[in-house]
Amino acid sequence: MDLDKLQAKLIQVARDQVISNHVPFAFEKRIMARLGSVRSMDLATFWARSLWRAAAVCLAVSVLLSLWSFTSTADSDAITLESTVLSMAEQLSDNW
Amino acid sequence: MAESDTDAIKAVLAGETAQFEDLIQKYSPRVFATARRYARREVEVEDIVQEVWSKAFQKLGSFRGEAPFEHWLMRLAVRTCYDFLRGHKRNREHTFTELSDPERDWLDRFGRDPGRDTEDADAARALVERLMGMVSPKARLILTLLEIEERSVKEIAQLTGWSVSLVKVRAFRARAEMRKCLARISADAYL
Repeated sequence: MDLDKLQAKLIQVARDQVISNHVPFAFEKRIMARLGSVRSMDLATFWARSLWRAAAVCLAVSVLLSLWSFTSTADSDAITLESTVLSMAEQLSDNW
Repeated sequence: MAESDTDAIKAVLAGETAQFEDLIQKYSPRVFATARRYARREVEVEDIVQEVWSKAFQKLGSFRGEAPFEHWLMRLAVRTCYDFLRGHKRNREHTFTELSDPERDWLDRFGRDPGRDTEDADAARALVERLMGMVSPKARLILTLLEIEERSVKEIAQLTGWSVSLVKVRAFRARAEMRKCLARISADAYL
């Protein structure tokens, strides 16, 4: 069989085929409804992502502070931190 | 670009999403026709078109207005069809089903007299579909755009996002692939 002619014939058949451009009934309404639900999901996704990021930042700060408290020399740094925080608290209560 | 398209796009980007429906109504016939080149079942066609409009809505902010909206949309449609072909090819079992009797008869008649106008257009179309199903997604996309729709290499490059030289290379490989598949079909006809 002559494959060149077969190829040309089949390509011509494909070219001659009329492709329907029919749109199903109320298709645009279904799309709009779907886009509406996608937008709502996007807002929820935005909030969820923001909360997760905030949680990640808090966790990082906690880890850093824990590492700092473990690696600090003796209790001097801990005592410094405690006295700093307490003195601030005392100042605040004096101002009241 | 048509003023109505410009106005509709501006309105959608400003928050009046209901205006998007006008664009869907206007261009859906063209998108459906494109999708029907690549998917047989109507449910798959509808899935593809829904995906096209979903992407168009999400990416509408990136539309610059340098070319008509229809061109931008058709680029999106072609790429979505290509994604469908790739996903569909992965899921399909790679089995070569035997030729049907009408397909065999058509090939037999063609083999005896290629110049004669063969009857049974359905069998011919089935063979075309079979051939397109056998080639890779890349080859099918190129063959559809280049051979069947007779688009230029430059147009295909714009639609697919491939460079002109890449389109030419893929066209060469696609034709070779189609030739191999035709040889297989032809051999099967005589088994």
